[in-house]
Amino acid sequence: MLTAGLVVIAAALAGAALLSLAVGARDVPFGTVLHALVNPDPDSTEHLIITQSRLPRTIVGLLAGAAFGLAGAVIQGVTRNPLADPGILGVNAGAGLFIVVAISLLGITNLTGYVWFGFLGAAITSVLVYTVGSIGRGGATPVKLALAGAAVTAALTSFTTAVLITDVDAFDQFRFWQVGSLAGRGTDIAVQSLPFLVVGALLAFYSARALNALALGDDVATSFGQNVLVARLIAAGAVVLLCGTATSMAGPLVFIGLVIPHIARSITGPDHRWLLPYSMLLAPLLLLIADVIGRVVARPGEVQVGIVTAIIGAPIFVALARRERLAEL
Amino acid sequence: MSAGVVETTRRRESARARAVATALLVAAIAMFALTLSYGDFQISLPDVVRSLLGQPTPPGVDYIMHDLRLPRASVSVLAGLAFGLAGAIFQQLLRNPLASPDVIGVSQGATTAAVVAVLVLGVEGGIVAAVALAGALVTALVIYALSWRKGVGGYRFILVGIGIGTVLTSITSYILTRSDVKVAAEAMIWLTGSVSGRTWPQIVPLAVAVLILAPMALTLGRVLTGMQLGDDLATAFGVRVQRSRFALLITAVGLAGMATSAAGPIAFVAFMSGPIAVRLVGGGRPVLIQAALVGALLVLVSDFIGSHLLGSRQFPVGVVTGVIGAPYLLWLLATANRSGRGG
Repeated sequence: MLTAGLVVIAAALAGAALLSLAVGARDVPFGTVLHALVNPDPDSTEHLIITQSRLPRTIVGLLAGAAFGLAGAVIQGVTRNPLADPGILGVNAGAGLFIVVAISLLGITNLTGYVWFGFLGAAITSVLVYTVGSIGRGGATPVKLALAGAAVTAALTSFTTAVLITDVDAFDQFRFWQVGSLAGRGTDIAVQSLPFLVVGALLAFYSARALNALALGDDVATSFGQNVLVARLIAAGAVVLLCGTATSMAGPLVFIGLVIPHIARSITGPDHRWLLPYSMLLAPLLLLIADVIGRVVARPGEVQVGIVTAIIGAPIFVALARRERLAEL
Repeated sequence: MSAGVVETTRRRESARARAVATALLVAAIAMFALTLSYGDFQISLPDVVRSLLGQPTPPGVDYIMHDLRLPRASVSVLAGLAFGLAGAIFQQLLRNPLASPDVIGVSQGATTAAVVAVLVLGVEGGIVAAVALAGALVTALVIYALSWRKGVGGYRFILVGIGIGTVLTSITSYILTRSDVKVAAEAMIWLTGSVSGRTWPQIVPLAVAVLILAPMALTLGRVLTGMQLGDDLATAFGVRVQRSRFALLITAVGLAGMATSAAGPIAFVAFMSGPIAVRLVGGGRPVLIQAALVGALLVLVSDFIGSHLLGSRQFPVGVVTGVIGAPYLLWLLATANRSGRGG
């Protein structure tokens, strides 16, 4: 039953990817899309649009979406807090601050340049959050982790704002990254991100069983022979890799990471061995559909995907939140 | 024997809660006085007091006090109190430290309304404040209505709030990307929170609101002790859960909305004050008064740093609150609670 569901979602995802290749400021027939993928013709404008612009964008959407969904499911499991989003480890704030510094102080102005600062900032920040959250009694308890993450986010966001207030040009660049968008991302970004995402995904799936044990509480998990500390560390590592990479690729689209695990949980129940793959496939589905909608509603311009995911994701999320089952975690 | 131990512990805890409240109050008064006295034009403390009492003072003092520093210090105190109180009410009522008004959409309601009013409709002045307050109230009511299902569950309320808040944030970001960059940059200062250049007509409504709503919140807040046990137990003890929750929430929204309309959503004050107060007091009891005082102190200290200690440039208070409040909270998280509750 759950396997069939996965197949259906995978098929829908393939359909969404095809739509993402075909639809835009200039619609391309599906036949031409397939032709461009299999046998690209460098003289055809339509083929060029697909191979140079829409294919990289779709790949980035698939990768970033899957990463956000997976990271969200893992972080909600680790912190046992249904409100935790992948940004709770400070990933967005860290990426944001480093990107602002790169733009403002180092004068880097293209996306490919500052993506790496974003990743570095995300990684450093989440290590910091995890360390602070683990100091003291009881190690990284869910409440301490959530508070530490939110507090570090507060501090870094303030620094970011301080830089932005003094530097209008940096603010001008940053506001477009902050909205969250897939436009203008090249294949190079996807290729360079792939190793981080693969390792992150492997760690996430490896944690599935441990997350099930952690859901029962630390004491029960320990009595099942689970090393709570190691389990949390591995899971947190997965979130850092996945969310840090995805955030620097597409901007802070955390809402997907927050919403999708709840949607997935309403289908699969609390078992992370199902919850993780469902989240990984549902998230890019939402992201690609949102991206296509963003390209259609404001032709010939477009609305950034971050705005569309919020506007179509929120009603689904609210509807789900009204169901009794969701509140349990 | 064991009853005696419980009694002793309880007495020690409430003594500590009182001591923390007193210390915070003294610190806040000292900071308030420092804000009034320190600046490019130094005013001695006796002159500050004389000017406040309407007695004769050296030339220039009355102008600087009544038109510049007193409004600024007052709006800092009032907004800090209101944000701290509102944040702690939300967090304790919904039993989740992430559930402050700036996380679950209420503050976003105020800011989005204000941004739409200023950048899209071109409104100015006092109307913006009214629009921001209306935005907070409407957002809170929408969240409450959408999360109603035979009562309002804590998690459901927060989740719906986060959903609504995300939409509002997106709308704000979208408007910012569509506006002229200079206008958007100015809007960002308001979005961060600022207490400079406020005038009495902006402050008086907030003062009235705090005078009415804060005592209401503290009275209603007595039921929090019961509610922290969980809805079922609280009902069993005779706390009218839904009605008390609604009244408290509306009070908190009113406080947060009024404060936002006067000073902008001063970043993270509502979120941080509660957890800081909880850790200062210890013992897991509701700490509304202490949280309000932490909020006031946080805003006063941050504004002092932002306007005097960061070189020649003045930074709006919202830029500083996160920088000083968050590390303090982290430090408390790491150290202060080793002997108390692990959470």
